[in-house]
Amino acid sequence: MIKKDVLIIGAGPTGIFCAHQLGIIGLSCEIVDNLDKAGGQCIELYPDKPIYDIPAVPECTGEELTTNLLQQIKPFNVKFHLNERVEELKKVETRWHVKTSGKQEFDVASIVIAGGVGSFEPRKFPLKECEKFEGSSIFYSIKDKTVFKDKTISIFGGGDSALDWAIELSKTSKVNLIHRREGFSGAESSVQKVKQLNDQGKINLYTKYQIDSVAGENNIQSVKIKHDDGETKEFNTDYVLGFFGLIMQLGPILEWGLNINKKAIEVNTENFETNIDGIFAIGDICTYPGKLKLILSGFHEGALAARGCFKYAKPDEKLRFEFTTTSKAAQERLGVKK
Amino acid sequence: MAKINYITHDNQTHTIDVQNGLTVMEGAVQNDIPGIDADCGGGMACATCHVYVNEEWLDKLPTKEDGEEDMLDMAFEPKQNSRLSCQLTISDELDGLVVNIPSKQV
Repeated sequence: MIKKDVLIIGAGPTGIFCAHQLGIIGLSCEIVDNLDKAGGQCIELYPDKPIYDIPAVPECTGEELTTNLLQQIKPFNVKFHLNERVEELKKVETRWHVKTSGKQEFDVASIVIAGGVGSFEPRKFPLKECEKFEGSSIFYSIKDKTVFKDKTISIFGGGDSALDWAIELSKTSKVNLIHRREGFSGAESSVQKVKQLNDQGKINLYTKYQIDSVAGENNIQSVKIKHDDGETKEFNTDYVLGFFGLIMQLGPILEWGLNINKKAIEVNTENFETNIDGIFAIGDICTYPGKLKLILSGFHEGALAARGCFKYAKPDEKLRFEFTTTSKAAQERLGVKK
Repeated sequence: MAKINYITHDNQTHTIDVQNGLTVMEGAVQNDIPGIDADCGGGMACATCHVYVNEEWLDKLPTKEDGEEDMLDMAFEPKQNSRLSCQLTISDELDGLVVNIPSKQV
């Protein structure tokens, strides 16, 4: 069990900056994020898109912003637990015990939820009947490609994941690639490669088709696809793979008893605490009258939430307000050499 | 100003006056029309403001950028008349526009 003052959920800009603010006032924290890297939406959705409204930074990309924030919290040696989702929450006397999907356990005085619009999860097929095959013959990500050897695989999607896996699996499996339009969003070189493999008969490419139904007992036996003009085709398949990108879901946080309003967590504007003592929410995931979903608002919320965490971490101490320009304590924590 | 008709999945029509310059997505969000999430806030970075545009209106709309079509690949049940409502900017020409909101966004 990892014992810290605070656990931050979400490694987007708001979560990272909150770690900075906690560090400045002398509190320890670690950060959990469902993605495989820090940066949140900035990295996942728009790493190359310029952002123009970070104060004193006229223009920077999502990636640059993340790199700079990580640089800024370096003095505090904050540990990140990536690829992990927070699952369980339990109050133990005055502390919170949190368990993650990776079986990591934390013992903290307070929790700051900086989860953006939720955790990113694969988008699934709209068909209800797909659920029962999920994990056995329908997959949305691939962990072990050897199971597909010498089988028939039907891949849906038009992005890089769909194209790359179609190319890769066509070496050892019979591959059908089905996409809803003629254009692809994946890399042009992969598109060309897929078309070439289709010409050679190594991939069967179906464009302007979408999934219509699946059939089978314990495992999938066949899949039916439907063309834009209504015509259908059915073929046998051992596996179905869907690559439709990621969606954002609040996930288990919804079951913690927090007041939720339109997919966001209600907080006060004094210290961004939720209806549950010791649980704070900042950034896009929180809501209050006048809420703006801007990165700069997330920074402000993180600064106040960090101070709100202080009384839970050090109930016998009083937090004094100090500036980093003059505070010896803050400068020591930052490792400033004079 | 344009009157936009939002038809929700339960077949209710919500007719809203939306100012020129706003998007069809913003018109829905600001007027609490259910069924449009707009998680990314209009950045063409998600597909949760997906709508089906009434066939009569399809060619009156601005053409899709590549990025929009890429995002629609990830929408819930995309069809040929699918659009991201954040990419549809209101003008007088869109007065009377009819859009259907899908049963869900994610």
